Amino acid sequence: MAELVARTPCAGLLPIAGGGVRVTEVDPGPMTAIAPFRGKEKTLAGALKRAHGVGWPAPGQSEASGDLRILWFGHSHALLTGVAPKPTLANHAALTDQGDAWAVVQVEGAGTRDVLARLTPLDLRDGAFPVGACARSEVQHMQAAILRVAGDAYRVMVFRSMARTLVHDLQVAMRGVAARG
Amino acid sequence: MRIPCPICGSRDIREFDYMGHAQALDRPDPGAGAQAWDDYLHNRDNPAGPTRDLWFHGMGCGAWLVVERDTVSHEVTGATLARDVKGGAA
Ligand SMILES: [Zn+2]
Repeated sequence: MAELVARTPCAGLLPIAGGGVRVTEVDPGPMTAIAPFRGKEKTLAGALKRAHGVGWPAPGQSEASGDLRILWFGHSHALLTGVAPKPTLANHAALTDQGDAWAVVQVEGAGTRDVLARLTPLDLRDGAFPVGACARSEVQHMQAAILRVAGDAYRVMVFRSMARTLVHDLQVAMRGVAARG
Repeated sequence: MRIPCPICGSRDIREFDYMGHAQALDRPDPGAGAQAWDDYLHNRDNPAGPTRDLWFHGMGCGAWLVVERDTVSHEVTGATLARDVKGGAA
């Protein structure tokens, strides 16, 4: 029987560095979209707390607990990463496996915000986007999610099929920032 | 131009798609007759002043919005989730 070897979305593309920024690939583990059934938002929040110890994220927010992270991920849904969802959640929400669907990269270093400012219209300043903030927005022409994990470290997610484009766009932005000195 | 998404906050226009006049939410009864359906499908006012449009926050949260804006001043005066305007599964 053939042995299949898993390739990460950015295999062979990362890491890269420049413009005061380093980009590495992140393997967030299992990824599951959680979309509450109509009218089940409250019971889902309770089930989530009991099953995984985290709350339902408010728009633009995320919460981490060990390897587990839950991200607000758009209108009426969230993304659970790092652990498989406990089956009890399925009583309150549609659960969709998103593993292998997303390329996740970490962009960090002093120039990070200058680089990302060339790619997204999002306001990433401290007052608007503190550590833990999570937004859906545009990165060049791609639908993306952006999460701030530390003072000068952000995670950028795009659909897996766009991994090479994301790395290319980051590279061009990094060269632009570097050229300005 | 920026649109105040009720979920995401104030966001750049490039995150949104224009989806036509909010009249699209007022679907006639199936038996309303040819005139009502003709109006619904094809006829739109072209106001100089306040209007209500549907916008899709496709590069953001994915919600459909009813956006109030002024075609003369270009001022955007408000945005509501289409779900809250329409009810149901919008
Ligand atoms: Zn939005």
